[in-house]
Amino acid sequence: MAEATLAGVTVERDDEGFFKNPDDWKEEMAPELAKEIGIDPLTEEHWKVIRFMREDYKVKGQVPSIRRMKNEGGISTKDLYNLFPKGPAKKAAYIAGLGKPHGCI
Amino acid sequence: MKQLLIVGGGTAGTMMANKLAPVLDDSEWHITLIDEHETHYYQPGFLFIPWGIYNKNDVIKPKRDFYPSGIDVIISPIEIIEPDENRVKLADGRVISYDLMIVATGSRINPGETEGMLGDKWHKNIFDFYTIEGATNLRNFIKYWEGGKLVVNVVEMPIKCPVAPLEFAFLADWYFTEQGIRDKVEIEYVTPLPGAFTKPIAAKFLGEFLTKKNIKLTSDFSAGRVDAENNKLYSWDEEAIDYDLLVTIPTNMGAEVIGRSGMGDDLNFIPTDHHTLQSKKWENVFVLGDATDLPSSKAGSVAHFEADVLFENIQRYIDGRPLKPAFDGHANCYIESGFGKGILIDFNYDVEPLPGKFPLPGVGPFSLLQETRMNHWGKMTFRWVYWNLLLKGAELPIEAQMTMAGKKRV
Repeated sequence: MAEATLAGVTVERDDEGFFKNPDDWKEEMAPELAKEIGIDPLTEEHWKVIRFMREDYKVKGQVPSIRRMKNEGGISTKDLYNLFPKGPAKKAAYIAGLGKPHGCI
Repeated sequence: MKQLLIVGGGTAGTMMANKLAPVLDDSEWHITLIDEHETHYYQPGFLFIPWGIYNKNDVIKPKRDFYPSGIDVIISPIEIIEPDENRVKLADGRVISYDLMIVATGSRINPGETEGMLGDKWHKNIFDFYTIEGATNLRNFIKYWEGGKLVVNVVEMPIKCPVAPLEFAFLADWYFTEQGIRDKVEIEYVTPLPGAFTKPIAAKFLGEFLTKKNIKLTSDFSAGRVDAENNKLYSWDEEAIDYDLLVTIPTNMGAEVIGRSGMGDDLNFIPTDHHTLQSKKWENVFVLGDATDLPSSKAGSVAHFEADVLFENIQRYIDGRPLKPAFDGHANCYIESGFGKGILIDFNYDVEPLPGKFPLPGVGPFSLLQETRMNHWGKMTFRWVYWNLLLKGAELPIEAQMTMAGKKRV
């Protein structure tokens, strides 16, 4: 658990840097978060994913899966891996200020 | 007369029918069970078929032998479930209405989700072992295989019985050693998880087993497509892994009828309360076994522990009492490790698999997170327990909720 100042606002984040409270997130914070995990710059394609995740989270209350982003968001899995290499669900959730998507047993 | 409808007559649905039939007041409630198939498969036995330990006849019995008397059984595919209307439409047009429904439609493999998997090479040098056809075809291949590179791949999580692919790799090491060709067989275990298993202590323990058995572990690999022509498995990141024999655990999904009926998530698993097993959307719908979207293992043992909780909650629902949030994600899995030995793990939503003794603290006879011969015998005896006790809804000497007694924090 750590506090961090992003875009001039103090937010709470977990050990891995995921937001404790997704409501703390603002669009201005995204470029900085992306840089932390090696994604720079954020393109319009990245934003399409981030916005879909935020919207879907608002409705469903959970971070959408890769399959959901394909089925509901119209974002192909191939594109997702190109935009957020090695683990798109985690990386996109990180930048979108959402909690870590829970894996399954 | 009120109608309790059970959709699905596999492990979970059969157990529930057997538990409820004797206790519901038959002047008030009538039980109907719908399933589209006549044959019950002992699915844990599929693992043993490729090695010739079990054959087809060891894992098959008629479903009807296990349903209780006094219930109606309908053998038919379902066209659609309409939970807003409290009714189910069968493929032949018949309509079955219900007051209370238990959905136990399970999970199955869907190899078509991965590009290139279903083609000329399917069941030629690419096999699953989660179906009777896959397991028996793989047996015929392995029987005459002279060696090469075996890749065991989990395409994506969640899967039914998450330890089965590891067991498959362990048994491969054993089998090819017995055949005298282990030096001609390279084994690679390829998983999307960060390690051999999800939870850290078990992942480390089982990872060490892979090393000990000279099985290469490739983790964080999300399989994207198969180039069957050239025997290559590709990740979404375009990393390639060569194989001569690919044993895949394809994407697992809930029943198609769940998708058609708009009841499921993107994998057709039904959003379900983690502790009461009530549907999150319809209060007169409960979900049991692999059909749920719970973050627990998809396994017969989990369905069994859930059934104990659901048995009580169905009665509470009927009597107008608040539901008990009693399911804790309890799972109990024997892991066959080859050479007549096995490992046992016992865990729930919050407590990862830990070492210790089971079921009697300090005594056993089974050992948790350790490899013993007794654990192997537990696994082999389980087939009898399954057919004779578990399916019939009999009490087993294991509590539905996981206990810390007998476990050691490490």
